[in-house]
Amino acid sequence: MSMSLPPASGGVDAGLVVDPEVHGVSLWRGAVRRLRRNPTAIVGALIVLAFVVLAVIAPLLTSYEPGSAEWAGDVTPTSVPGPSEDHWLGLDRFGSDMWTQMVYGARQSLVYGVVSTAIGLAAGATLGALAGGFGAVGGRFGGWVDTTVMRCVDVMLSIPSLLLAVSIAAVLGQNSYAVMIAIGTAQVPIFARLLRGSMLSQGKADYVLAADALGLRKGRIVMSHVLPNSVGPTIVQATLNLATAIIEVAALSYLGLGTSDPAVAEWGRMLVAAQDRFDAAPRLAVLPGVAIAITALGFTLFGEAMREALDPRTRR
Amino acid sequence: MTSTTTSAPLLAVRDLAVTFGTKGSRPVHAVDQVSFEIRPGQHVGLVGESGSGKSVTSLAIMGLLPRRGVRTSGEVLWGGQNLLEADRKTMSRLRGRDIAMVFQDPMTSLNPVVPVGIQVSEVITRHKGVDRREAADRAEALLRKVGIPDPGRRLGEYPHQLSGGMRQRVLIAMALACGPKLLIADEPTTALDVTIQAQVLEVLKDLVKDTDAALLMITHDLGVVAGLCDEVNVMYSGRIVESTTKDRLFGEPRHPYTGGLLESIPRLDSPRGTPLRPIPGSPTQTLPWSEGCAFSPRCRNKIDSCTTSTPVLEQHEDRQLRCFNPLTEARQEARS
Repeated sequence: MSMSLPPASGGVDAGLVVDPEVHGVSLWRGAVRRLRRNPTAIVGALIVLAFVVLAVIAPLLTSYEPGSAEWAGDVTPTSVPGPSEDHWLGLDRFGSDMWTQMVYGARQSLVYGVVSTAIGLAAGATLGALAGGFGAVGGRFGGWVDTTVMRCVDVMLSIPSLLLAVSIAAVLGQNSYAVMIAIGTAQVPIFARLLRGSMLSQGKADYVLAADALGLRKGRIVMSHVLPNSVGPTIVQATLNLATAIIEVAALSYLGLGTSDPAVAEWGRMLVAAQDRFDAAPRLAVLPGVAIAITALGFTLFGEAMREALDPRTRR
Repeated sequence: MTSTTTSAPLLAVRDLAVTFGTKGSRPVHAVDQVSFEIRPGQHVGLVGESGSGKSVTSLAIMGLLPRRGVRTSGEVLWGGQNLLEADRKTMSRLRGRDIAMVFQDPMTSLNPVVPVGIQVSEVITRHKGVDRREAADRAEALLRKVGIPDPGRRLGEYPHQLSGGMRQRVLIAMALACGPKLLIADEPTTALDVTIQAQVLEVLKDLVKDTDAALLMITHDLGVVAGLCDEVNVMYSGRIVESTTKDRLFGEPRHPYTGGLLESIPRLDSPRGTPLRPIPGSPTQTLPWSEGCAFSPRCRNKIDSCTTSTPVLEQHEDRQLRCFNPLTEARQEARS
């Protein structure tokens, strides 16, 4: 080895000077840094955080049990007792404490949203990675696998997602697992298509050609090069889907397909119950409605900000 | 850098043709009738402007052209085997181990989400069958070899933390990781600053000399050829128009296109105010080879037969030439 190699360091190679703050930063850590600078992300994150905290510490925030109907005697056909010292948000139409229903409802929404999105993400990403992986590097046979998988996904996509969820929930029976599986399944096509699409486009990237030119195996190229570069949009979509999932849980409950256990507080079912007392106590509908809207907004803001942070074009 | 003219060629490209075409559109002959040889340790240049078919030639040798809509014919002989007919498994084992390639754009040729150390060592584990630790050690040694300071730390860094010059050094390290017999460098310095270009070329030159690898240098930069190559093939519109040793090519260009390329380089010793001498026209003004000489619309030496019949690549004294009316020494004198 000759020792005459020019050192790359030194004044000429100006690009070598690495910003000390940026040092040791991966794509994801860089994204977190950008998120912290984005007010939208902060608002979204605060809403999500408040929601999660409420859900987790719900038992500490109230001394009553959800769905207890303890004060059923105080509720008359024409009036539902409003806020008082004992009941901050008043009673609901069955005589349970409204505040208790609300915080336990948050807990329910969080569990439903996270579990159903996780089901959808796991199944959808698996299908998408299968189709995208084979499609990106698989040659003719790969194209065949890609087409087969994606046509199946297209069939799922041709059914409106809520209708699909309703049918699945109806078939699986009236319990909470059925709701989660139903909503998760309805999300599968979104994740599958998204991951496949970004894998196919990453498959045409220069570094994939370069890896191919170095003789790396196809499986290795997919797993260590194509896939890690393609998951970003899918993760973002999962955040956005949490919002949709929470709304869909409420919708299924509203349609009477959620759990029938009265001891489970659920925002969607609270909306149903409030319907026939809307003139007497509008807050019974407004409170869960606003809660759903704010939670969905929080996840949406956070997801949008995350997409921006991970998008190489908006990177600063 | 003496060419070992007696030994058998390492790589022989014979009559290579690559045609792009989809149903319904006119096929494009990106590369046609290209033949050249590379002997062990020899440095061969492939020169031409954008669109002349240099990169397509290199991708065809590597078997990296897309399968759909591309037709290749001819032979790419490597140790008696025609690579154009080899299956994917054979090619995959060959690539990176026996033939390696450095691409043009270091910014996009590295995976942005994987630390460079892993990217270098995965090539070594693939072809050398060593364990991860051993591969990491070798990767560190390689980075040191290509002149990256503090390579141990650099191994854990991501591509976006490295400058363009550094990234190209990493790519060179990856290409040379398994001691290939042939390195194909496809415009390795085009995307870099001029000062970095010189450094990277120096690294490439030293390493290639060190490892006794043969080099196929694809470039539009005659300066790079002058510093690196023994033999030069000049391409125009998909075909080789002049092929000879570097000294003969620079000393006495015979094809009007080569002459034009050399004249268009600004010289430090020419008096101030001397206008640059471009080749007139643009590369889009070509005649299809089937109708005459593709360069004739821009050629200053054009004669009648240039537009009526197609010149073939023939032995002209000390070189291969595809021209009806080549430059002569006297004419060059008159023009300079």
